[in-house]
Amino acid sequence: MYKIVRREEMAHGTIILNEIEAPQIAKKAKAGQFVILIANERGERIPLTMADVDKEKGTITIIYMIVGKSTRLFSTLKVGDGYSDVVGPLGQPTHIEKKGTVVCVGGGTGTAVLHPITRAMYQAGNRVIAIVGARNKDYIIMKEQMQNVSHELRICTDDGSEGRHGFVTEELKEILESEDVAEVVAIGPVPMMKFVSKLTKEYGVPTTVSLNPIMIDGTGMCGGCRVTIGGMTKFACVDGPEFDGHQVDFDGLMRRLLAYKTEEEHSENCFFEQEA
Amino acid sequence: MDYEVEAKYLSKKERRAIPRQSMPEQAPDVRNKDFSEVTLGFGLLEAQYEAARCIQCKDPACVKGCPVGINIPAFLEQIVEGDLNGAINTVWDRTALPAVCGRVCPQEIQCEEVCVVGKKKGREPVGIGNLEMFIADWARDTGVTNEVEIPPSTGKKVAVVGSGPAGITVAGDLAKKGHDVTIYEAFHRAGGVLLYGIPEFRLAKSIVDYEIEQLKKLGVKIVCNTVVGRTVDVDELIEEMGYDAVFIGVGAGLPNFLNIPGEDLNGVFSANEYLTRANLMKAFDFPKYDTPIIPGRNVAILGAGNVAMDAARTAIRLGAKKVTIVYRRTREQSPSRKIEIHHAEQEGVQFKFLTSPLEFIGDANGKLVGINCEKMELGEPDEGGRARPIPTGEHEYIDCDLAIISIGTSANPLLTKTTENLKLNKWGNIEADRRTGKTTKKGVWAGGDITLGQATVILAMGMGRDAANSIDAYLKGEEEW
Ligand SMILES: Cc1cc2nc3c(=O)[nH]c(=O)nc-3n(C[C@H](O)[C@H](O)[C@H](O)COP(=O)(O)OP(=O)(O)OC[C@H]3O[C@@H](n4cnc5c(N)ncnc54)[C@H](O)[C@@H]3O)c2cc1C
Ligand SMILES: Cc1cc2nc3c(=O)[nH]c(=O)nc-3n(C[C@H](O)[C@H](O)[C@H](O)COP(=O)(O)OP(=O)(O)OC[C@H]3O[C@@H](n4cnc5c(N)ncnc54)[C@H](O)[C@@H]3O)c2cc1C
Ligand code: SF4
Ligand code: SF4
Ligand code: FES
Repeated sequence: MYKIVRREEMAHGTIILNEIEAPQIAKKAKAGQFVILIANERGERIPLTMADVDKEKGTITIIYMIVGKSTRLFSTLKVGDGYSDVVGPLGQPTHIEKKGTVVCVGGGTGTAVLHPITRAMYQAGNRVIAIVGARNKDYIIMKEQMQNVSHELRICTDDGSEGRHGFVTEELKEILESEDVAEVVAIGPVPMMKFVSKLTKEYGVPTTVSLNPIMIDGTGMCGGCRVTIGGMTKFACVDGPEFDGHQVDFDGLMRRLLAYKTEEEHSENCFFEQEA
Repeated sequence: MDYEVEAKYLSKKERRAIPRQSMPEQAPDVRNKDFSEVTLGFGLLEAQYEAARCIQCKDPACVKGCPVGINIPAFLEQIVEGDLNGAINTVWDRTALPAVCGRVCPQEIQCEEVCVVGKKKGREPVGIGNLEMFIADWARDTGVTNEVEIPPSTGKKVAVVGSGPAGITVAGDLAKKGHDVTIYEAFHRAGGVLLYGIPEFRLAKSIVDYEIEQLKKLGVKIVCNTVVGRTVDVDELIEEMGYDAVFIGVGAGLPNFLNIPGEDLNGVFSANEYLTRANLMKAFDFPKYDTPIIPGRNVAILGAGNVAMDAARTAIRLGAKKVTIVYRRTREQSPSRKIEIHHAEQEGVQFKFLTSPLEFIGDANGKLVGINCEKMELGEPDEGGRARPIPTGEHEYIDCDLAIISIGTSANPLLTKTTENLKLNKWGNIEADRRTGKTTKKGVWAGGDITLGQATVILAMGMGRDAANSIDAYLKGEEEW
């Protein structure tokens, strides 16, 4: 069992943080990599990015949004409970390099995934501008942590309850207009990454996005996570999860994410009935 | 069959007159709705009659036909005599996994193909595979285990990467020789293809679990959730973790795709994904188990090997109304075992030969609705001697809401890319010495599908055994690197 040693709730309990004992994984993990977790022997394999790693304590931290059956089941696990299985680190680490000004754009729980990358960019000596977007101010996560690893933090909310009233793309556009940006890293909902990539393409600024297709093994043996990058089929779990945003077929990714919609809803309803 | 007289009392002539005993099976229209094993196994008397058909050749062809050289006439005669304990030990002498081999070995092209009894007109070979299954099941049911005196610990540590038949064999053999063995497996459960690929109805998972338990009893440690090349590297195993030898048996798990338009539509699967969901993750029992699978009403399987048959028969059991195997060559050219095609047909699977997919067609939501195909005809033989299918220009549209691509797998580069000094062949398989399994990297052996490309359980086991012998000799200082 992989024990949970810390648990926190964010954004009105819709987003959960777990710090988990996994010394082998912690030893190897790099920014941008993910793990696959299983709650119990009937559980499915769920990929989540490591939002933090403590090599000394031998722990990894995941932050996830409750969106369906498995993440709901995860959210019932308390400190002292654990996951039956955790495997990793999987995927390619983020390519970190000193380039100049880097803009890191996070949306929703994507901010959690973005945090270690932002930190690595910051530590590599880049000038880092972070943009964090959310529905409203209660759903902004990791504000302080992001502040600590960036030179400038800008907030956007859909309803204007904090920071800019509008989308992250508007904030980003202003920066692109006024500064020489070497790279943009965008992680969040697929539509957000799509529009950020569209915008940066107009400005010719290299852009990295982190894709989240449905996965099973995470080692390249099922092909379920395939995404189309520049017309070529790639496996997100081994070739990614990060890709050149200008090459990604986002519409294809969105379609594939809906493959099990009926089954997922059914599964979650069964879970609710069982809990009741 | 009338089993009034025990087989051992029959005369030679009477023995020769016994027809091949058919394997009891569940009826096709019962079994195609459920995942329990199709074959039910022989009873003792049936087994003894079948074994009595063997004429005890002086120079038995069957033994040469078996990749691991089981002493077949000996164990058959022990069954006839009622010495079941002796029989199972004869088998164990050569294979660690008889319950598995008896079920999934392609016997008809190995031991049974060359059996002299089957060479006579109108006669069928001795059912060696069925008898191997019988004796292994008997041992498991009665709790007879392969008792060996384990010598005192040698103090040598061996890491085995991958828990398929190759890894299981190496681990078992080396543990019995007193070495300290640990298996590292990427998945959350051990067994390799036996677990995630070959379906329950052909090989009950309880059998695989039993074999894994036996390994643990020998002192083998099994560490799951460890992707070598990610969680830990081969060099770390040797340099930091103190392993004296490493065996790589990671299989050939990378699915091949057709590379035709529409392959990213929802409803298009690799056989690996489909079977892994169904077998390992138990999606057939969704939502009791959390992993979903798209059930599919009208399913097309592309390819016609064993894997394709497994996918087709799984789809039928998951409730598909129609399942069609689409293959660009002919029935005779199918690489599948005849029994698998036969079982699939019995269960209602349909076949479309000389048909090659050109494009997957989807609806506005990106869901698969059909496949555009081209009719083929047989042309000149290729290098392998098989007549090559050539396009006719005539098209055919096949309706389907699920397509499962089963056109083989290749070596997964995850481990090999992260390991230095490991020479690969042009297909990405590890180059290993045929006799010993030694690779080009000191202290590292390899065997099974990662060296052969997709092959068979028994070949993987055989290579495992050879590698174990070589590793043992090396660790004892009897063999130089
Ligand atoms: C590499 C990677 C990293 C990720 N990192 C994070 C993260 O740090 N935080 C976070 O909140 N989410 C992350 N996700 C998404 C997370 O895996 C899904 O939200 C989760 O699997 C949903 O499962 P569920 O059963 O709760 O919901 P379901 O009801 O099953 O599904 C909800 C949605 O999640 C997607 N999904 C379902 N099953 C899977 C699966 N096996 N693999 C991937 N997606 C699936 C589906 O597209 C579906 O639309 C990541 C995904 C990937 C591939
Ligand atoms: C659906 C299907 C049906 C088949 N039917 C038959 C049949 O009827 N008869 C027959 O003889 N053969 C059959 N085969 C082929 C047979 O199963 C294989 O030849 C055999 O399993 C190969 O054994 P192996 O030990 O080399 O590898 P595998 O059985 O493939 O096992 C390899 C193991 O290594 C693990 N692994 C991979 N990479 C890593 C890593 N980096 N770190 C740690 N672990 C790793 C994998 O998860 C897996 O558990 C079938 C194959 C399939 C897919
Ligand atoms: S292991 Fe396979 S080839 Fe050998 S005797 Fe058994 S069934 Fe025949
Ligand atoms: S070849 Fe056939 S008859 Fe001869 S020993 Fe083998 S099984 Fe018996
Ligand atoms: S998750 Fe199976 S290949 Fe990527």
